[in-house]
Amino acid sequence: MNEAIAGYANGAGAPATDFAIEIDGLSVWFGQGRDRVDAVKNASFDLPAGSSFGLVGESGSGKSTILRALTGLVKTWDGGLRVNGHDLGRKRSKDFYKQLQMVFQDPYASLHPRHSVDQVLSETLSLHKFNNINDRVEKLLTDVGLGPQFRFRYPHQLSGGQRQRVAIARALAPEPSILLLDEPTSALDVSVQAEILNLLTDLRQEKNLTYLMVSHNLAVVGHLCEHIAVMQNGVIVEVLPVEEMRQLKSSHPYTQNLLQSSLGFVRQ
Amino acid sequence: MSLLEVDNLHVQFPTRSGVFDAVRGVSFSLGQERLGIVGESGSGKSLTGRAVLRLIRPPGKVTADRITLEGKDLLTLSERQMRKVRGQQISMVMQDPKFSLNPVMRVGEQIVEAYTQHTRASRREAKAKAIDMLEAVSIRDSERVYRAYPHEMSGGMGQRIMIAMMLIPNPKILIADEPTSALDVSVQTQVLSIMDRLVQERGMGLVFISHDLNLVSAFCDRVLIMYGGRVVETCRADQLYNATHPYTRGLLNSLPRLDSPVERLQVLQREDAWMDSDQTSAGTGSA
Repeated sequence: MNEAIAGYANGAGAPATDFAIEIDGLSVWFGQGRDRVDAVKNASFDLPAGSSFGLVGESGSGKSTILRALTGLVKTWDGGLRVNGHDLGRKRSKDFYKQLQMVFQDPYASLHPRHSVDQVLSETLSLHKFNNINDRVEKLLTDVGLGPQFRFRYPHQLSGGQRQRVAIARALAPEPSILLLDEPTSALDVSVQAEILNLLTDLRQEKNLTYLMVSHNLAVVGHLCEHIAVMQNGVIVEVLPVEEMRQLKSSHPYTQNLLQSSLGFVRQ
Repeated sequence: MSLLEVDNLHVQFPTRSGVFDAVRGVSFSLGQERLGIVGESGSGKSLTGRAVLRLIRPPGKVTADRITLEGKDLLTLSERQMRKVRGQQISMVMQDPKFSLNPVMRVGEQIVEAYTQHTRASRREAKAKAIDMLEAVSIRDSERVYRAYPHEMSGGMGQRIMIAMMLIPNPKILIADEPTSALDVSVQTQVLSIMDRLVQERGMGLVFISHDLNLVSAFCDRVLIMYGGRVVETCRADQLYNATHPYTRGLLNSLPRLDSPVERLQVLQREDAWMDSDQTSAGTGSA
């Protein structure tokens, strides 16, 4: 399984690497001196282009922090970060954001309440210097299953699932090859969660995207991802393919514990 | 005999575009059992819990043919009498401990307050009782937690404190509104087993409101499934996976499962008929 993905053929013109994201000994900390908290300690993993990778762990384990360090939202990090073969520094160029975009957890908080869907999408498109914005906005809305009638609505006129679709459309606007998904469905009902997960599956197939997803829900990660890294206290304790997770084959006691509790409540 | 009887409960809110019916004719009875109420957001499950305690504020309106607690009519009680019911006879655990504990009061004082509101115990007695209660919810370092402030506590710890506070007046019924959805999975099971143990030891009735079908089917004895303010199906919790109503089936099928992977998840197709059709029952209700 592992070799099959690693042997993924890369399109012509791409940099000489098969990996979309390479993380090598990443450490992230907050505060300094006595107040210093090490949120991520020496994390390393690679994502082959076109793959889908999940990070699980309890809150505070540092899984979202890895995504924030990748996008440049956190500056205090050390170690090697490479995206599509390019080393990342402290500052990220506009070009970088054409390759990598992020979808946040709470669609109620991540959309500007006084910007219409049209404003949100056109602003992103014009920042990235696209032309024929009009057509692109409609295309994006159709891609995420909303349709052009939603174009001039404001966030308060949309349901949670529709907002998350707008957030996904905004992330797709610069035509990235990598999407970082930070708990994209945990604020949604199970029925809406199914719709969004299906949408993400379809988009990944259509656009050949690479996903790095964070979730505390093992079933959701298991549904969307091929490889899963389990984090505890800022350390990646285990990386395993999804098949092994489904068969509850894991070597680390913490993963076992997590798997047991995600199978549901058992009365003593 | 059942502890709580609710008959034809309605909750309405006037809006600019007419009256909105949030709960439409919900009836159930609760004995010494764990009753689960599941549904999506907006299905009226939380409002049902709040309406029983008469916590719906005007302009919201609660009407029912009957809400009785051990035969006593709750609808005709005065606000003063109602205050004796809340906490002492029926108490409620809310979703997020961060928003339901008083941030500027030490944990111990809050628990003591809950106790002395309903009994004439001395402070010393109340403190001893509060420490006992903290130990009952598996808090090891109870003396330290007693003196701590809520922000020093983790989410799971906070929720255990809430449970301690709600159970200390020894109520007959506990309404738990999504008590574990703000918690991590690993902590979730701990908090649930504590709640389960206490409810069983004290012979209480539990109303467990949740959107998590797996959890409810494992944790409860009986389940009501709500949609659009109505109960569309009632069934025994262990029979939930054999539920017959298309809405319940749709919800169950839309869940990703670790043990049975699928390429695409089923998406719930809503039907208008679910809004008014009569409820069906799967399995035999034990009520």
